[in-house]
Amino acid sequence: MTFTLNAALHARNFDVSLTLGPAETVAVLGPNGAGKSTLLGIIAGLLRPDSGRAVLGEKTLFNLDGGASHFLPPHTRGTALLAQEPLLFPHMSVLENVAFGPRAAGESRACALETARHWLAEVEAAEFADRRPGQLSGGQAQRVAIARALATDPELLLLDEPMAALDIHAAPMLRRLLKRVLANRRAIIITHDILDALMLADRAIVVESGHITEEGPTRAVLEKPRSKFAAGLAGMNLVTGTITGRGLTSDGGLDITAHPEDGAVPGQDGVAVFSPTAVSVFLGAEHGSPRNSFAVTITDLEPHGDQIRVHAGGLSADITPAASADLGLTPGMTVYFVIKATAIAVYPA
Amino acid sequence: MTPVSAPRSKARTGSRTNRRDTRYTGVPPWVFALAAAGALFVLLPLAAMVVRVNWGEFIPLITSESSLTALGLSLRTSAASTVLCIVLGVPLALVLARASFPGQRLLRAFVLLPLVLPPVVGGIALLYTFGRQGLLGRSIELAGIQIAFSTSAVVLAQTFVALPFLVVSLEGALRTAGTKYEAVAATLGARPTTVLRRVSIPLVLPGLASGAVLSFARCLGEFGATLTFAGSLQGVTRTLPLEIYLQRETDADAAVALSLVLVAVAVAVVGLSYRRPRALPSQAGTE
Repeated sequence: MTFTLNAALHARNFDVSLTLGPAETVAVLGPNGAGKSTLLGIIAGLLRPDSGRAVLGEKTLFNLDGGASHFLPPHTRGTALLAQEPLLFPHMSVLENVAFGPRAAGESRACALETARHWLAEVEAAEFADRRPGQLSGGQAQRVAIARALATDPELLLLDEPMAALDIHAAPMLRRLLKRVLANRRAIIITHDILDALMLADRAIVVESGHITEEGPTRAVLEKPRSKFAAGLAGMNLVTGTITGRGLTSDGGLDITAHPEDGAVPGQDGVAVFSPTAVSVFLGAEHGSPRNSFAVTITDLEPHGDQIRVHAGGLSADITPAASADLGLTPGMTVYFVIKATAIAVYPA
Repeated sequence: MTPVSAPRSKARTGSRTNRRDTRYTGVPPWVFALAAAGALFVLLPLAAMVVRVNWGEFIPLITSESSLTALGLSLRTSAASTVLCIVLGVPLALVLARASFPGQRLLRAFVLLPLVLPPVVGGIALLYTFGRQGLLGRSIELAGIQIAFSTSAVVLAQTFVALPFLVVSLEGALRTAGTKYEAVAATLGARPTTVLRRVSIPLVLPGLASGAVLSFARCLGEFGATLTFAGSLQGVTRTLPLEIYLQRETDADAAVALSLVLVAVAVAVVGLSYRRPRALPSQAGTE
């Protein structure tokens, strides 16, 4: 029950091959115009590639190789698409919107409404059932759109930047919701946010100029990016752990002082994110209440642009070559990484 | 400080401003003067007609047998033509707005031709198509149906001139609505016919309604094509505009009274259609 795709669309210089396991979620990262939405359009059947083949479980979505011309229309594919905008049908109530898919699949009206109620409850939007989409906030509408997509029981869920149009207060809640509903489900999620990739996806692929330039487990792609895009986007320090009142306690026992983002509740799983440029390196312990100071052992030093990236204890710091020389850094040395509390963001995981 | 997120924020439409706002409009005063002249140009003739109405005789004039017959025929045929416009015009608008095929621009030009064609020319064209000696007329007549100079001819003539109004209005609405909702509906498993019935048509309903109303109004006023193709037979093809034209020769008072009736019906129809979209909550949602 895997999903395999290879497709080429010459007009957009697009050529991608991809395989997904039965319950795997893959994050697609990449700059604007790289072909991420083209990928979803081709899978959903909204775009017809020039050549290629896609198989979802038992079903051949399209086969345009070697003179074959098999192309299933979108409504027979079982690939629900969730876009950046919720696109709830404005002339139907919220409940009718969610019941739309089951109705189209041939369920009776009563049965479809029952399914719709179930999924609305699942996304904590049951109280909006009788409202019109125009009466919902952006975050509420996107939750309903998720329920609408899930109500069709898709074999493959396609998410095109589902949180890009939301304000920063609505995003964390939706991210938690997606994490819950995407578990044990096959999905492809396009995102600009490495946090989405980290929290929602098992694997990440980077698409640049219509081609996959990097592929691997999300953490590996984000921590040791090989493609230019992932390097610019990621290379961030990510520390997972448990959210506390004043920051986060890492799984390794580090106490991190930081300002938790909205929606971060103490006791919850969370992730602390900070840039390597925010990390200073000292030979001795530095103290001061708003600062974090961690003793770490250097594993590796590498040039990174016009800076030196210091890898130590699973974290990285960017310092100038001059500073590196002054400190006499070498692998195996124990140093202190110092980060201001205000430079660390803590998100619920 | 959130270095991790780089959301592509989409500009959101600002809050709706009140109609009576204090914003700078940039309309020069002399434009208002010319606009007033334009409005007068439309209203003055109507007022002149109202002044000329013989109010004492008004009710008997408009309730005479020939008047009522003509009014009834006009309303019936206009309703039938509007239905025909919807049946033929909705698919035309869909094909023009959504599909792409060679000759599409040409098809649009031809569909819109009746808008600029003198109606009498349209009538002649219809006569050579459906008339006894016409292109299709002969085969139709073999089937025992005669169209020319019958009530069916009135309906055909009115449909011919009114169809572009519906197509133009609906095609515009379809283009404005875009295909995003339709694509979503398809990925949710809806067949094309289901998408059309439950998403496309409901979304453009205001456009369809105003198109239908415009078509109805155009049918109601149709004169040239009807006279040429259907003739002027009382109770069969003599619609209200033909009756007015006929009465003008003999009884000017009756013509004016009937004209006023036609104006009233037209105003009611147009007024009804242009109030509706405003009364509805914004259909386009977040657009």
